[in-house]
Amino acid sequence: MIPAAFEYARAASIDEAAKLLDKYGEDAKVLAGGHSLIPLMRLRLAQPSALVDINGIKGLDYIKVEGSKVHVGALTRHVEIQNSDAIKDKLPILAEVAGEVGDNQVRNMGTIGGVVAHADAAGDYPTIALILDADIVTNKRSIPAKDFFKDLFTTPLAANEIVTEVVFPVADGPHKYIKFRRRLFDWAIVGAAAQKMNGGWRIGLTNVGPTPVRAKAVEEALHKGAKPEEASQHASDGLNPSGDLRASPEYKKHLARVLTRRAIEQSA
Amino acid sequence: MAVTTMIGAKIHRREDPRLVSGEGRYVDDFTRPGTIFLSVVRSPYAHARIKSMDVTQATKAPGVVAVYTHKDFAKVLSGTMPVTPSFVAEKKQNPPRFPIADKEVVYQGEPVAVVLAETKYQASDAGNMIDVDYEQLPAVMDLEKALEENSPKVHSGASDNVGWDLTYIPDDAAVMKEADVVVKQRILQQRLAPTSMETRGVLAEYSKPDGTLTVWMSSQSPHFVRLFLAGAMGIPETRIRVISPDVGGGFGAKISPYSEDWLVPAAAKLTGRPVKWIESRTESLQTTTHGRGQIFDVEAGVKKDGTLVFMKVTQYLDAGAYLGTFSAFQSCACLLAGGAYNWKHVSSRTVGVLTNRVPTDPYRGAGRPEATHLCERMIDLLADGIKMDPAALRRKNFISEFPHQNHFGLTFDSGNYEKALAMALEMVGYEKLRHEQEEGRKKGRYLGIGLSSWIEICGFGPSAGTAPATGGIALVESAQVRVFPTGSVAVYVGTHSHGQGHDTTFPQIVADTLGVPYDMIEMRHGDTAEGPAFGYGTYGSRSLAVGGMAVHKASKKVVDKARKLAAHVFEAAEEDVVFDQGHFYVKGSPDKRKAFGEIAFAAYGAGLPEGMEQGLEAVAYFDPPNFVWPFGTHVAVVEVDTETGDVDLKRYIAVDDCGNIINPMIVDGQVHGGVAQGIAQALYEEVVYDDESGQLKTGSLVDYLVPTANEFPEFELGRTITPSPTNELGVKGIGEAGTIASSVAVINAVCDALRPLGIKHVDMPASPDRVWKMIHNARNASHDGHDGKEARK
Ligand SMILES: Cc1cc2nc3c(=O)[nH]c(=O)nc-3n(C[C@H](O)[C@H](O)[C@H](O)COP(=O)(O)OP(=O)(O)OC[C@H]3O[C@@H](n4cnc5c(N)ncnc54)[C@H](O)[C@@H]3O)c2cc1C
Repeated sequence: MIPAAFEYARAASIDEAAKLLDKYGEDAKVLAGGHSLIPLMRLRLAQPSALVDINGIKGLDYIKVEGSKVHVGALTRHVEIQNSDAIKDKLPILAEVAGEVGDNQVRNMGTIGGVVAHADAAGDYPTIALILDADIVTNKRSIPAKDFFKDLFTTPLAANEIVTEVVFPVADGPHKYIKFRRRLFDWAIVGAAAQKMNGGWRIGLTNVGPTPVRAKAVEEALHKGAKPEEASQHASDGLNPSGDLRASPEYKKHLARVLTRRAIEQSA
Repeated sequence: MAVTTMIGAKIHRREDPRLVSGEGRYVDDFTRPGTIFLSVVRSPYAHARIKSMDVTQATKAPGVVAVYTHKDFAKVLSGTMPVTPSFVAEKKQNPPRFPIADKEVVYQGEPVAVVLAETKYQASDAGNMIDVDYEQLPAVMDLEKALEENSPKVHSGASDNVGWDLTYIPDDAAVMKEADVVVKQRILQQRLAPTSMETRGVLAEYSKPDGTLTVWMSSQSPHFVRLFLAGAMGIPETRIRVISPDVGGGFGAKISPYSEDWLVPAAAKLTGRPVKWIESRTESLQTTTHGRGQIFDVEAGVKKDGTLVFMKVTQYLDAGAYLGTFSAFQSCACLLAGGAYNWKHVSSRTVGVLTNRVPTDPYRGAGRPEATHLCERMIDLLADGIKMDPAALRRKNFISEFPHQNHFGLTFDSGNYEKALAMALEMVGYEKLRHEQEEGRKKGRYLGIGLSSWIEICGFGPSAGTAPATGGIALVESAQVRVFPTGSVAVYVGTHSHGQGHDTTFPQIVADTLGVPYDMIEMRHGDTAEGPAFGYGTYGSRSLAVGGMAVHKASKKVVDKARKLAAHVFEAAEEDVVFDQGHFYVKGSPDKRKAFGEIAFAAYGAGLPEGMEQGLEAVAYFDPPNFVWPFGTHVAVVEVDTETGDVDLKRYIAVDDCGNIINPMIVDGQVHGGVAQGIAQALYEEVVYDDESGQLKTGSLVDYLVPTANEFPEFELGRTITPSPTNELGVKGIGEAGTIASSVAVINAVCDALRPLGIKHVDMPASPDRVWKMIHNARNASHDGHDGKEARK
């Protein structure tokens, strides 16, 4: 539980962070809230040569509503998203999700930029970003969520690329995120998101594969007038989840169907 | 006699302000000048031969002081890790265990080398540079497979994997025939990791000039550590001092000695530098002894009218790669299988089986949760078999006359089982709940009510019973009470408090016995350089019933001397001297009284009675005449979401009887923690190894699911008081009760909820995927028209 040796540098600006990443090379990592990276380092599952700490960069934690978009700065902590009136008003599903991430310590430290960059299969925001067609903005470009979550822990981010914000569309219709887990602070065994938007449903699933999943078949069935009970049967179409200590693949598929139905039914 | 004021008082734990504000002092808080850090290199395999080991690179790494392997330790350590008889005097196989592997490793995590370096980081980095060439050998991870004849052997060259096989009482075929209904059930007790908040840790300093060894260790029984170290290192006990300062939980896993407990002091001797090792959480989950890990095959019979007839139990215990120091203690499950009931016959057999896993050893309750679980599960199955209410079946068969001798010759000291059951049923609103359950079922709601009428043997223990079990040392308890000239009192005890609140309860006893203010009493434990020659430690819910009695006894010796002195001062006959609330006076003249402190001062002065020595202090050892036998009834109420298999624990009622109470708040706290640990077993925790590779899969707290306060309902506690006749204080134990009672209360509730689906038994942990699978299978079976017809209503 002792990490391997590494260099450490604290950046004051995004430019400086990018330069430091260039200096340290491929094996360097950005350090945000540290709540995914540091546990991995302690288990020596990650052994970065250097950490570039971005916590000193001013103006990276913000929540701004501009027209039909909600901009969330990369360093915005879960707790800020959970408690933001702007989010509760314009993007309430994100506040709901933030309140369900980990425990107080995790929510006080973890950042939205860290969650998307880390791209853990059980991360909760990625599912929301995907179904709402959010954009992940970096110091170099803007990447649509559907092109961002490529594989387990895999994104198109270059080694010296830094996530600066996530841009969501306003979505204030009926919604529900159901996270099925054992303990209050646990990651989702399976999560299901439902959001009514522009007259249609957006349905997403967490932790049923290497990346978040948008359940298009469910959305289409609902669009054609199917009842939640019938439509949700399609939630497991095409899924091939891997099993783990908490759930077999079969059980995860079952949960995907049940939780999808409940999320639609409980949307408010 | 002093009027009781402190005994029974609900006062806050006086150790808490220190502990909850981060001022506790644990092993890792101690340091010595020049300390170096030890890192253990462990086998990644469950079973392998060490072909060769190259330590050259590690030896040259920055900060490294030394790298030691088996051959180095063989120079300073002798003998093997101790294995006690416990409840199985004769073992069939007891593989000798040296604290570090030589040629063969038999479980993942077994030490193969240690690195000592100036910092813990350097030690850890250098540990990764040791190149061990292993030849993997076939491992046997599964208890049942281990018993098959052609199974791989845990230790190469062994002829089988049987550690012990003992029948306590054979079956009685004639009695078995008397039953109208017989049920058979296999009941699993998964392996659990004790997971104390503070992991293990050792700091050792060896002083070459005077040959003394000082060891700081997170231990439940520092005197036993000293005894074992004296043997292993060949240093007399008088030159070894073991200090167990604040200890952040033990749960039984810090009783037996571990490899590191010997390797760290040995490394201190070899290097001449103080050496510290603190176990990481992953090491803890991997190498601290596990608990439970048993399979029970049980058969029980009942008459149609509800009279219990027989119980037959076979216990298969996964001992792991070596027998633990007290692994056979857990065989007591066989001796207590009959629980709180009268049976015509109980037969039992225990089989200890070696596997390539870390050894098992006592874990909170140790054998008694298993006994309660199997007995209370069978009672419910029998009730179901004869369509009788489970509470009624219990009531009908409770043991009601005390003392009661069970089939195995154990004598239950006192009890009133029916009263505790009645209180628990009333608290939960049993009749109303059964009605709600009925109504709910019609609407597809699956409520379940689970009972557990538990009993326990604890307070180890009488010398006659325990000396043979440990191999010689009787588990009595010692205390020393010292009164200083100004009347301040210091109490030294041989028990060790690591969550039990002795700093509060023991002074409560002394305050009443001596009549001095509670705040003037200083409690000391955990340092073998202080107090009586030997202390026996804390485990088996023994501290109050044995240690508290030693404290009481030593205090009374002090009062006896003080009374003699007071009589001398008053120039009165001893029998005319009254001692009341801290004051002595002569019968009839209470106004001319002398405070205890004044007499204490006089005890250090001149003019004592003829033959009396100066000073006011006493040592006492207490050897109880019997064990003590707490009991109670717990009730769990659950609702199962049959769509997801999720079990929602809605209510938890615990009525416990631990005899007289010293501090009700501490009793409640012990029950809370104990119940939480039992629920954890019922619903959450399980050690999982990969059967193929032998790798531990639950190597972090992400995967080993220790529940938190969030996962529990508010516990509703009740209490009956049936004093113990075994000791003068009338007390029993309460440290393990909650754990002993609770796993089966929850599982009985889950089974009760699922009964309409045709499900009779659920194993632990009743995790959502397991429960869902069972429901899924039961429903499929009923679709095929086999079983569980009710489910389709
Ligand atoms: C007990 C526990 C429970 C948790 N439960 C949940 C849960 O239920 N749901 C959930 O979603 N998460 C959960 N988390 C994870 C938590 O949300 C983390 O905070 C999050 O995954 C990572 O964010 P971070 O800011 O801590 O990132 P870090 O740990 O600092 O970094 C994570 C990775 O992202 C990279 N990174 C971080 N920020 C940037 C950036 N701006 N640009 C480019 N790369 C960057 C880092 O280099 C690193 O590779 C849990 C964590 C813990 C410890």
